[in-house]
Amino acid sequence: MTAILQVKGLSAWYGQSRALFDLDLNIEQGGVTALLGANGAGKTTSLRAICNMVRRTGTTTMDGTDISRRTTEDIVRLGVAHVPEGRGTFVALTVEENLRLAFHIRRDRKAAERDMEKVFAYFPRLKERIHQQAGTLSGGEQQMLAVARALMLAPRLMLLDEPSFGLAPLIVQEIFRILRRINEDEKVSMLIVEQNAALALELADHVYLLETGKVVMSGPSDMVKNDETLRKAYLGY
Amino acid sequence: MAAMARSWATKPHIGLWAIGFWLVLAALPLIGFVTESPSFEYYLFMGQSMLIYAIAVLGLNLLIGFNGQISLGHSAFFAVGAYAAAILMVHASVPYWLAIPLAGIVCFGAGFLFGFPALKLEGHYLALATFTLAIAVPQLLKHKSIAGWTGGVGGVLLDKPDPPAFLPLSVDQFLYYVCLIVAMALFWIVYNLLRGRSGRAMMAIRDHAMAAGTMGIDTALYKTMTFGVSAAITGMAGALSAITVAYVAPDSFTLQLSISFLVGLVVGGIASLPGCLIGGAFIVLVQNSSQSISDWMKDAFSLRYDVPAWAIYGTLLLLLMFFLPNGLAGGITAIRGLFSRATQKT
Amino acid sequence: MEFFIQQIVAGLTNGAIYACVALGLVMIYVSTDHINFAQGEMAMFATFLAWAMIDAGVPYWVAFGLTIMVAFFGGLFIQRVILKPLENAPVLALVVCFIALLSIFNAIAGMIWSFTIKQFPSPFPSRDLFGNGLVSAQQLGVVAVTLVMLGLLTVFFRYTTLGLAMRAAAQNASSARLMGVRVSWMLALGWGLASGIGAIAGMLVAPIVFLDPNMMAGILVYGFAGALVGGIANPLGAVAGGFIVGVLENLVGSYIIGNELKLSFALVMVIGVLLLKPAGLFGRVIVRRV
Repeated sequence: MTAILQVKGLSAWYGQSRALFDLDLNIEQGGVTALLGANGAGKTTSLRAICNMVRRTGTTTMDGTDISRRTTEDIVRLGVAHVPEGRGTFVALTVEENLRLAFHIRRDRKAAERDMEKVFAYFPRLKERIHQQAGTLSGGEQQMLAVARALMLAPRLMLLDEPSFGLAPLIVQEIFRILRRINEDEKVSMLIVEQNAALALELADHVYLLETGKVVMSGPSDMVKNDETLRKAYLGY
Repeated sequence: MAAMARSWATKPHIGLWAIGFWLVLAALPLIGFVTESPSFEYYLFMGQSMLIYAIAVLGLNLLIGFNGQISLGHSAFFAVGAYAAAILMVHASVPYWLAIPLAGIVCFGAGFLFGFPALKLEGHYLALATFTLAIAVPQLLKHKSIAGWTGGVGGVLLDKPDPPAFLPLSVDQFLYYVCLIVAMALFWIVYNLLRGRSGRAMMAIRDHAMAAGTMGIDTALYKTMTFGVSAAITGMAGALSAITVAYVAPDSFTLQLSISFLVGLVVGGIASLPGCLIGGAFIVLVQNSSQSISDWMKDAFSLRYDVPAWAIYGTLLLLLMFFLPNGLAGGITAIRGLFSRATQKT
Repeated sequence: MEFFIQQIVAGLTNGAIYACVALGLVMIYVSTDHINFAQGEMAMFATFLAWAMIDAGVPYWVAFGLTIMVAFFGGLFIQRVILKPLENAPVLALVVCFIALLSIFNAIAGMIWSFTIKQFPSPFPSRDLFGNGLVSAQQLGVVAVTLVMLGLLTVFFRYTTLGLAMRAAAQNASSARLMGVRVSWMLALGWGLASGIGAIAGMLVAPIVFLDPNMMAGILVYGFAGALVGGIANPLGAVAGGFIVGVLENLVGSYIIGNELKLSFALVMVIGVLLLKPAGLFGRVIVRRV
């Protein structure tokens, strides 16, 4: 398997305090990688550091290109779609405008129009609410909108920050089902951060366990699933 | 005095520096007894203006630097102080030494009242409201309904007070001392105010209004009071200017006056008391030497045009914001810090 | 009655100009959260450029277009060079910066073109339109230019992806970055547009008040009033606010307080709106961050 994103010696700071310590990650092409760990382990920070949204050191390479010093916008334009914590909804724009924002950076208008249809096929609920102000959507719908927005960027890698956060279990299952389909049908690689470890282990094929800003273990997700002591110690179930 | 004594005990250098500085300021007019220079009176007048601007900047600094409320409208309070003193002296024959504090009281009232709407405004909005105030005031002062007192567009002429018979001073020497005494008194009052409970409350509000509120500080009261005190101080500067110039007219109190206070504040240093004096002196120096600065720049950069004082002010404001955000006083402190660190190392 | 209608029409004409100023202010406020005190002087400066071009023999509408373009790039340049480094500066530093710009533009205009007032040509004839002394072609022209500009801006923001990207950047900068929008350039674009709109306002008002470096001070205050009345975060509201302020100012001036107190009336309006309805008539309440 080849890696789409390679992270070496990634460290990050918030002001004076260091949040990540020399992280090494390999995100495999076409796969789903999960970052698991307790609150404050540095999961969200890792995603933000990859996109250069925090002060950081270390190298990140995407397909052999060094993207360590690129701006967030450029990294996005290279095909990394980040679905942020808190969903990042543009509340005063309509659902359609939220999605059409991607047209700003896409040169292939026709393909983008087709992607729009595809997104609505994945999320028929968004199509029903197409002219509604995004701020009036429910939490689950806003999460769908966030994934849909990312998908509109025609990404090769999606970074998903706690897509289950604050949502009812049924909605969460629906979203994860769609994520699996996106991964399989669109060949989008994924790096997912989750509190809900059981759910993430279902989706992911590779897992990194973080504790206080360091990788403490990594391996295929089946290994973690079957190792009860590991689960009890780090994932709490 | 107890507070000052305590400050000497803890920071003797600053206390001695300050006292020495004020003594030098007090000695300056005495040069008049030995010099024959005809322009000495003019320098005395410049000295008066510097002190007056220093007081005005002190008032503004109390509000902006120590309480975090932005005002672009202090020319309005300066105007109210000047007009109050002029009207009291001309129409009510009030002596000058009483007119100054009375003008301060009037301005305290005006500032306190304006402080109420200001309570609900923050940052850019307060700047906006006070900006409009500065623009509207000259027109208000000209209005015919109050022209009986204000003299309309023509303004009010008044007489410079004579020095008391027992002092062997010229009028301008005497007025310089009046300005100096008022300045010393106000700086001393503000110094003590800031060292006490009220000062801590004011600064706490500046740094985090909500946190200050939860600590039991009555933020509304302190903010309106600070606005009032600030306006009173700047207003007394206005009263002094009316007395020393012996004339008030509406068009001297435009937005540009507010801007020059702001220049003084930023040049001297935000939240710095000595900085107010630096700022006051700076305003007058640039105003008086703008012609020669302009000539120099025309020469140096072979410009075709005169460079007006306001272009210099503006450029300086920008440069200071970028390179010396703590003003000259802050710059001096920083340099002193460098030196003391350097000496410690060796 | 005839006098009343004349006052309304004159008010609408002034209102159109205030609307332009207000729109420029809103443009910067929406994209950067700043209130640009130099907006008026920037407009004045652009108007002088237009005057210089016309004086040199350039046809009016060519000068008009060129001035808007120069103003646009000037605004862009100011944001890039002066304001970008201050993106995270405290409010006071920004206010000082705007005041500095105001002083510089005013002084330089005076330095190059002197403080004597100048005639600025109007592209519209002053002749009476309907033969009843109510509406002149000049007045209609001013209102028409404003409305056309508003229409173009609406189309830009509503129907182009660049306009959409600007709105997104203004609303949620970090999320916009994650959609690949270069937010910092969107702010610069906002400044450019504001500056261009301001130039239009200046060129419309100059034939009415004469051109001099201080011509915009009072107008800026009315522009503020218009922006606040309509809601400083709402472009359409700001235009409506500009018209409302123009009409009110004229009516109150001619029937109640007289012309000498018009600026004080603007002051009362500014403070009144800020206190009683800070979001303006058509705006949403601005949520304050703690």
